[in-house]
Formats: sequence, C-alpha cells, structure tokens
Amino acid sequence: MQLFPKWTNRIPTLIAAGVPFILGGAVFGFWYWGSPKFLDVGYAPKQPVPYSHKKHAGELGIDCLYCHGPAEKGPHATVPATQVCMNCHTFVKTESADLAPVRHSWEKDVPVEWVRIHQVPDYAYFPHNAHLSAGVGCVECHGRVDQMPVVSQQEPLSMGWCLECHRNPEPHLRPASLVTQMDYTPSEADKLVVAERMKTINPPQHCSGCHR
Amino acid sequence: MSKIPVDQRHEYPQDNTYWRSREQLAEAPEWKALAQREFANEASELIDPVSRRNFLQFMTASMGLAGLQACRRPVQQILPYTRTPEDVIPGVAQHYASSFSMGQHSFGLLVESHEGRPTKVEGNPDHSSSFGGTNAYAQALVLDLYDADRSQAVLNKGKKATWADFSAFAKTLPADGAGVAVLSETIASPTLAAQSKAFLAKYPKAIWAQYDPLNSDNALAGAKLAFGSAVRAHADYEKADVIAAFGADFLHEGESLAASRQWAKRRKPDSQMSRLYVVEGQFTVTGAAADHRVRVQTRQVFDVLRAVAAELTKAGLPVDPAVKDAVASAKFENEKFVKALAKDLLAKKGKAVIVVGDAQPAAAHALAHTLNLALAAPVTFTAVPDYQATEQAEQLKALVDSLGSVTTLIILGGNPAYNLPFDVKFEERVKKIANVVHLSDRVDETSALAGWHLPRSHAFEAWGDTISFTGQVAPVQPLIEPLYDTKSDIEVVSILNGNSDKRGYDLVRATYSDRLDAEAFWRRSVHAGVFAGTQLAAVTPTLTTKWTAALAAPPAKAELELQFVVGSIYDGRFANNSWLQESPDPMSKLVWDNAALLSAKTAAEMSVKNGSVIKISYKGQSLDAPVWVQPGQPDKTISIALGYGRSKVGLVGENVGVNAYKLRHSAAPWFDGSVTAAPVAGATYKLVSTQDHGSMEGRPVVRERNLPEFQRDPGFARKMVQHPKLQSLFKEHDYTKGHQWSLIVDLNSCVGCNNCAVACQAENNIPVVGKDQVSRGRYMTWIRLDRYFEGSEEEPHVVHQAVMCMHCENAPCEQVCPVGATIHSPEGLNDIAYNRCIGTKYCLNNCPYKVRRFNFLAWHETEPEKIKMQHNPNVTVRMRGVIEKCTYCVQRINAGKIKEKTSKVAMKDGDVTPACAQACPSGALTFGDLLDPNSRVAQLGKDPRNYGMLEELNTKPRTTYLAKVRNLNPELG
Repeated sequence: MQLFPKWTNRIPTLIAAGVPFILGGAVFGFWYWGSPKFLDVGYAPKQPVPYSHKKHAGELGIDCLYCHGPAEKGPHATVPATQVCMNCHTFVKTESADLAPVRHSWEKDVPVEWVRIHQVPDYAYFPHNAHLSAGVGCVECHGRVDQMPVVSQQEPLSMGWCLECHRNPEPHLRPASLVTQMDYTPSEADKLVVAERMKTINPPQHCSGCHR
Repeated sequence: MSKIPVDQRHEYPQDNTYWRSREQLAEAPEWKALAQREFANEASELIDPVSRRNFLQFMTASMGLAGLQACRRPVQQILPYTRTPEDVIPGVAQHYASSFSMGQHSFGLLVESHEGRPTKVEGNPDHSSSFGGTNAYAQALVLDLYDADRSQAVLNKGKKATWADFSAFAKTLPADGAGVAVLSETIASPTLAAQSKAFLAKYPKAIWAQYDPLNSDNALAGAKLAFGSAVRAHADYEKADVIAAFGADFLHEGESLAASRQWAKRRKPDSQMSRLYVVEGQFTVTGAAADHRVRVQTRQVFDVLRAVAAELTKAGLPVDPAVKDAVASAKFENEKFVKALAKDLLAKKGKAVIVVGDAQPAAAHALAHTLNLALAAPVTFTAVPDYQATEQAEQLKALVDSLGSVTTLIILGGNPAYNLPFDVKFEERVKKIANVVHLSDRVDETSALAGWHLPRSHAFEAWGDTISFTGQVAPVQPLIEPLYDTKSDIEVVSILNGNSDKRGYDLVRATYSDRLDAEAFWRRSVHAGVFAGTQLAAVTPTLTTKWTAALAAPPAKAELELQFVVGSIYDGRFANNSWLQESPDPMSKLVWDNAALLSAKTAAEMSVKNGSVIKISYKGQSLDAPVWVQPGQPDKTISIALGYGRSKVGLVGENVGVNAYKLRHSAAPWFDGSVTAAPVAGATYKLVSTQDHGSMEGRPVVRERNLPEFQRDPGFARKMVQHPKLQSLFKEHDYTKGHQWSLIVDLNSCVGCNNCAVACQAENNIPVVGKDQVSRGRYMTWIRLDRYFEGSEEEPHVVHQAVMCMHCENAPCEQVCPVGATIHSPEGLNDIAYNRCIGTKYCLNNCPYKVRRFNFLAWHETEPEKIKMQHNPNVTVRMRGVIEKCTYCVQRINAGKIKEKTSKVAMKDGDVTPACAQACPSGALTFGDLLDPNSRVAQLGKDPRNYGMLEELNTKPRTTYLAKVRNLNPELG
C-alpha cells in the first residue's frame, strides 16, 4: 500500500536546497537588522523637556561648549546642569510650561531626568577631550544637531564604525579651534594644518585603546 | 627534592633548590598532583549546590527571557547636577590629601575621588612617614568606608536614638566628673589631645586612659630606663652599613614605609651595600629579608642581645662599667654568630645600628640605646608628645583599678571587650557600670555591653588631624559627607565638653588658629596634606645607669613559649575587610585564618600536622587553634596572630580564625612561657594557604648570589639557563615606535609585604572570592607574591617574588585564543578584551607564568550594593566566564597619553605609574618606557642583574627581574 504520495520524494531535495537559504537568511537578517546601524540610528526618545537644539544651537547660535563644556576637559561631554539652563531662563521664558521641569529641578534641587541617546557600551571608554583636541568635529559623531528639533542618533557608534575613522582619520579632522562649527567645509589652509596634525595623533587600533 | 634537570654544560647550573611548601620539599604526592593539574584542585569543576539538571533548567528559562529582553533597548537616564560643584569635571578624578593613624603611627594619604566617591588611596610623598608609599591597611581603608556592616544610627539600650538624646545625656554627667572615666585609643591627634585636656579641666575628677592592644609601651619604658625621660629613637637605615634587628619587624610594622625605603636604598649590590642581621622568634618579613637570621624563642632574643653586648664590651666598646658588668656573663649557644655580629658592628662603628622590637622588654630597649650611643649609631632622638608619654598598660591599670567607683564609662573607639587582656575581666566589671558609652564604627563585642552606641565616622568622612611617630602633623580631610548619621572622636568629645554644636572642621581649625597667618597656613597645609615645620623637637638624651639590675635577669628557660604576632588584619579592626582577609600572610601564605605556627620538630613532638587542632592552655585559659607548620619557626614556640576570631563584627569577619586575645595576660602582652599545648584528638580544621598555587615547578625563576660571587660575575643571572638560539614560529611585532612599556621588579628591594597586591585589588576592581574558593584555586588577585624557601626546613632563607602578567612580546596566550580576545598592542601590552572572551581558558593553560585568572563565578553580583561604590569607573567590572589579568594599569597609561595629547606636553618618565609601583614603599617596582633612553626602566634594563623569567621559552617578557644579591658575612658563610 502506498502511504505517501509520490511528491513527498522531493522533500529531502527541497530541504537540502532550502536549509542553506534559510540559514543564510538568518545570518543576513541578524547581521543587517540586528546591527547598531539598523537598531540605534534614529533613536530619538522623548525627553522630559522638549529642548530644541535647532532653536538653541541653530537659530540662537549658542556654541556647543557653552552647555557641554566638560567635553573639552574630560571624557564626558555631559548634559548641562540645571544651573546652566537657568543662566538664561531666569530671565527668558520664565513662565513657559515646557520649562516647568527645569524650574522644578532648580527649586527643589532634584535633577532633570534626561534620557540618554548616545551610548557606547560600558566596556568601551570614549574620551571626548582626546577627540576634540585631535580636531574631530562634534558633527562627525552627532550629526547636524543644529538642525534637530529633537535629537536623534545619527551614527551607529559601533566598533566597526569607530575603527573606520581610527584607520583613516584625515577626512574627519579639522583644526581644533573649529570643532564646534556645524557647517564646516575645510579650506586649503586647514588641510595643511590637518596634514601636520596627522603626524602626531596616532589613533589607537588595539583593544586597550578603548577597552580596559 | 624537585631538582631541575640541569644541563651539565650550563655555566651556572641552578645549584640551589627552592621550595615553597613542606609538601614540595618532601615531594609529597599531593604536591605532585597539584603541580601537574591543569587547574588547581577542583577549580574547573562545578561543585556548587546547584545540580546539573537544575542548572540546565535555569539556563533554558533564562535564555528564553534573555531573548525577549534583548528586543528592547534599555532606557538609560542622565541625571546632571542642578548646581555644579566647583572644580568637578565628570570623569576626571580628584585627589585630596589626608592622613590616618593606627596607634602612634600615622601615614599621609592622597585619596582619589570620582564625583564625590572615594575609590583609591595613595601615599602622600610629602609626608615623612609615607614618602608616597602606602601599607596594605591604608589601601584597604576605602573598603571599610563602604562596609555594609557599619552602624548607621545612635542606639540607646538597643533602641534607635539621636545625637540630641546623647547631648542631653552628656549634660547629666556629674559637674566635677566624679565617677566618669574615658577609655580611648592612642591619642595621635593634637586636636583630640587638646580636647582631652579641656575635658579633664572641665571634669577634674574624671579619668582618661588610652589603650591600644598593639602599643609601644616597652620602647617607651626602655627609653625612660635608659635616659630617665620619655624619648623616641629613630634609626636612619639609609646611613646604616650594619643593621642588627632583635625581634624587630621594622620593614613591615610601625614606621615600615620610611624604614623600607631607607633600607632599600642601601641594598644595591655595590660596595655600599648594607648587611642585615635578624634575631627573632616568628619568621617575619624582616627576617626573610635578612642576610643572617637566627631563630630563637622570642624570650631568648634579649639573651642574644645581652650576649652581643658582652662581646662588644669585651672587644672594647666604651659603655658604662655598670652595664659592662651586668652583661659580662651573658652567653648564647651560637657563639660564632654573636662574635661575628659584634665584630661587624664594631668594624662599622658610626654606621652600625641595633633595633629592638616592641615585644622585647624595656631593659632590651635600654641596652640597645646604650650600645647605639656607644657605637655612634645613625639614630636620632626626639621628644614624645606629653599625651603619649605614659605607658598604656599603666593607664589601663589605673582605669581598671578604679572601675569599682565608675558610674559612666565612655569608650572612644577601640574594642576593649574583645582585645583587653583576659585578666582584666573587662566584661564582668563593665556589666556593673550604670552608663557605658561606646563610639564605634560598627556594633561590635563592646557595643553589646554598652547602653549607648555611637556610630563613628570613617577617616574619609570627618575632619581631624594626626601626629606621626616622628611628629609630622597632618590634616585629616573628609572626601564625602558622612554616609550615615555619624560623628568623629573629636566631635563626640566636644559634646562631652558641652559644645554639642561644634563641627569637626571648626575644632581642627581652632588647634591651628594661634598664628598670624593662620588662614594661609591652614589652606597651604590642607592642600599639601602636612603641616609644615611640625617635626618633634630633636633631643640629645643622656644615659643613666640605675636600671642595669634588669640586665642581670637569668636567661630564659627552654620551655614551650606562646608568642603573639600581628597578622593581615592588624589588631582586629580590619576583620571585616575582605581585601586584607584574603591577602595571604607574607610568610605562611594563609588566607582567611590565623593559626598556631609551629616548627616541624615541635609539631612532630606533639604529633600534629597542618590542620590538626591543638588546645593551648595558659594561666587557666585555653584556646583551640589549628596548627600550621612553618619552616624557620623556632622550636618550642607557638606563634599566633592577634585580631582574628571576632564574634561580632559583620558578615565578612565573623568567626574567622581564633581569638588569641583570650590568652593574652597584661603581665605578658607579647610572649610568655609556662604554656602547655596538646593535640585535640580527632579534631581537624581546614586551613587554606596559597603557597603552592601557581607553582613554577622548580624552574629557575628566582636567581640570587652572594655579593662577592656577584662582583666576580655580575651577569650571572642571565647565564643560569642555556638555550639554543631563540627563533619564533610567529611573525614578530614591531616594537620600535611610540611607547614600549616595561616593569622591572628588584628582588633585592622586594620584601614581600603584599602592599602591591592590595593596591592592585583596589585599583582594578578585583573581587574577593572567600576561603573556600581560594582553596579551589579560584583566587582572582592579579599579583601573586611567591615566597620561596631555600635550604633546610629549620633554617631556610627566603626570596619573595612578585609575579604579575609578563606582557610577553611573544605571548603564548595570544597564540591559542580562538576568538582573538587577547592580542598585542603596539606598545607591548598584552591586551585583553573582556567582552570578546568566550571563556575557553586556553590562554590560562598556555601561560607558563600562571598569571591569568578566570571568573568561575559572578563574584561582583553577590557584592553588597555599597561596596560597588568603591569600584574604579575606569576599569571594566568583569562578568562570569571571562579571563582577566594584569593590564599594567592600562587605564592609567591611557589617561597619561590623553593628558599628553590634550595638554601638548610630552610625557616624562614617571608620569604613568601602575598602582603596584605607586604603593611599593621600598621602590622595588619600576615602570616606564623602554624606548626613552633616560627612563629608569631603560637604565635598569642594562643592569647586569636583569633577567626575564623563563626567557628560554622565547616569550620575551616585558616584566623582568633584577636578581637578588645577598651580603653575607664571610665569617658566617
């Protein structure tokens, strides 16, 4: 008696042909959809205060380092203290409903709970000061913040992405005095400055350069 | 013996045989099995209560959950300051100068703080008792700050109360102080001294006594005998050609930081090299560093000193005839040693010094003073601050004698219920006192007896000041607001004095306000960490001779002796400090325990062995203690460390070891005969020693020579192994650019004190694993201090060798990693990326130095939350299943390089110092850049003594050693 229809004979062949395809698909899927480039780029969480970089950095032209000053001096760029907001907002927009959490923080001495966007893993150490002094512009990693009403992550911040620049930093460098300029295009003089700088910066490509 | 198969053609065969344990010496099967195992016993097996089946179930469940969790990115928040504190840059550590004291000894510190969290302690180079080094206790202080068992509130009869309640109580003290007594620790603070004077002025009938179980009473009494006044002697070991130490562990105790620094400067193998003789009971760090060590019972040390004095005076050393006559008949059986030592001391007159330990009787100190003056020894004398000029035993006796009429006993720090001599019967007497107040950092044995328990601030939480043994006054500067509702000693005394609202800061300021430039002086001093110009006045004391009758005491009888020694946790105050508990004793390598140390002969006579239990009976008291057979221990001597066996201290230290204070009598605080010991039939106790961990299997890794042999052939160390031309199978890296880091360990200066290992633990977030896990070989410390014996079991000599990652240029570990988690950096570091490691442990197997550690369990996850505040934010906290090892403190290297880049100032030699080298008081560790021709490592690399461990394997280690050279007296050979 014939239990199985004849077409079932083709099942092993189909499996043999299909399995590599499925496995390959899984690998591709993980590689593509599981990568920081896909998962992290564009991350733009809601913040407790609808702070607009477009307004402050773009339209008002406040320099990055006015709020993120420690970026020059230490590893962390830091979110500014409430005090820095209040430098202006004691006088400007003192009644704005959007700023209520900031005023609350100032009066009650409790921090504003900002949501972190740019994050490298705990086992990677990224020093802002070293990159600024080498002449890596803010834009290189954070994008055109001055055009963002809501900040979102622009680059994958993955190890491969870091290494791209560490292997060939020259196109990403500028004179250290211009790092905060958002719409920077290199002049010929700048290119000479950068070429000179290239002799000394020597970006690490070994593990302990960033992992320790 | 584990002789190495030595090629006869070697110019210098490994002629000495080094051994670490008695099992190795006897080639016991246990030792062979251990040495040959891939991992130390049981390390690689899962023998936890969780069964394999449970484990798989858990794993399946957690993997399922993990898969789901990974779909969402965790939201992380940034909480900025509202008002930024001045000078704080997040991520940049700040350092504050401070100091701390233990008994009469105080040390200057520089404490590192990350955004308000103290994380690491360094020595203050400007402090004359630190010189930039630290001892292990100082390193471990920061862990005590975050101790989860610290007390957090005022307790009155066990119920929570407030400081206001206590202030109200303080107002009820009788106006004239009748019936009030204070028992404090040693006053080593000018401010506290002033306050205690104010207290006694306010309460004229009150009593104030100071007592520390480890005190220098004998030295003080000895000075009073010899000179008729309280003076202190300070030997300058840098100026000494010959040092004779009688029961003095001066390289490890007391002013050890300054002493080992001075001593090490004269241990360079040239014509200026000093010679160290040690006569002692228990094998100490100083004894291990000695050129000639004589082991005698501690009671006999004085006999030897008298015999040496007799020999010296016979040879014409001009001393008072009374002294000469008193010692004339003194003899010691090893006459050859006595004669040779006396001859050497006389020959180096003016540059020879005799030092005597705190345990030795007053007359021994007086005799040493007499001899030192006659020898024109490099010793200076200073006055003693008036508040330290009375023997503490006397103060204690006065207090105890009057306890019957005391109604209020105020105990400031200390733990008398635990550490007072048993004959005081403290517990019994204190129970009759109506009001007992105890200021303490935790609810301990004494707090249990006290109605009032006052929580005490940690040294990093309160203002204060300290005065060191040499009189260096230093501020104690807080780094953090008190974590709990605590107060410091001076604040509590201020409450007693009726000033309950005074802050510690104002109290300290008041001490230094009587200067015209008080404000500037204060600011300058707090910044520097020392008050300038505060050394004790030098004095030139004159000898008296009324005391010489004490010299005529009969020699000690040859009977069993009990001796108390200082262990890893000092007097017991660090019992809850897991770093110190897990740091192996320098000589026995025991962790998490004390033991009754016996010589092999005495152990055989008692028919006991390691781990047997003996009952020690002394004056009606008895104590069961585990036995550890210690090579080099004098016969008929039981040495036991104080400070263990705490019954009430916290989770870490409770019931660790046995309490030797139970056998301590006030008439014999350090040693005594008339003790009996007998094995407890059938009882055994598991002692854990790390001495056979990381066995080097008899390879010639420690190299040493006597000075004349060294002078004949300075390059002996490199000739001790022979190998064909070394050729690598792998492509070699280019090591000619940038920085090339190297660490050099000078075996001549290393005394094996453990400071580097504890400093490394603090800097690199290294977990402690506990006694059971250490016994399985799962210890995590990156620096292993190997202690090698050479020679006989009775009279061995010792070499200490610090072994950390060698950062081999041809690293065997890198070649076997299947995932490339350990790779070479262009600066010669053997990097490891924890997040890439999959835990195959191949690298660990392939490392010939056995310096890699594997996280068998998730050590950090079981830590109390508070301890995590100590972690260095610049070092990854490792998870279960990854390998770790010494990184040369790569976080410090990177910080140095970033500083170089941002400041555009080129890095100098010494700008980058790993934690171990920074802590080392004797300067045995030197770190730097090999490519800088003027760096200290580049210079030391040219030293003929320089050799690499197992260089013959072509690993090209970056950590290298300078061979040890001894300066033996030719007459003793």
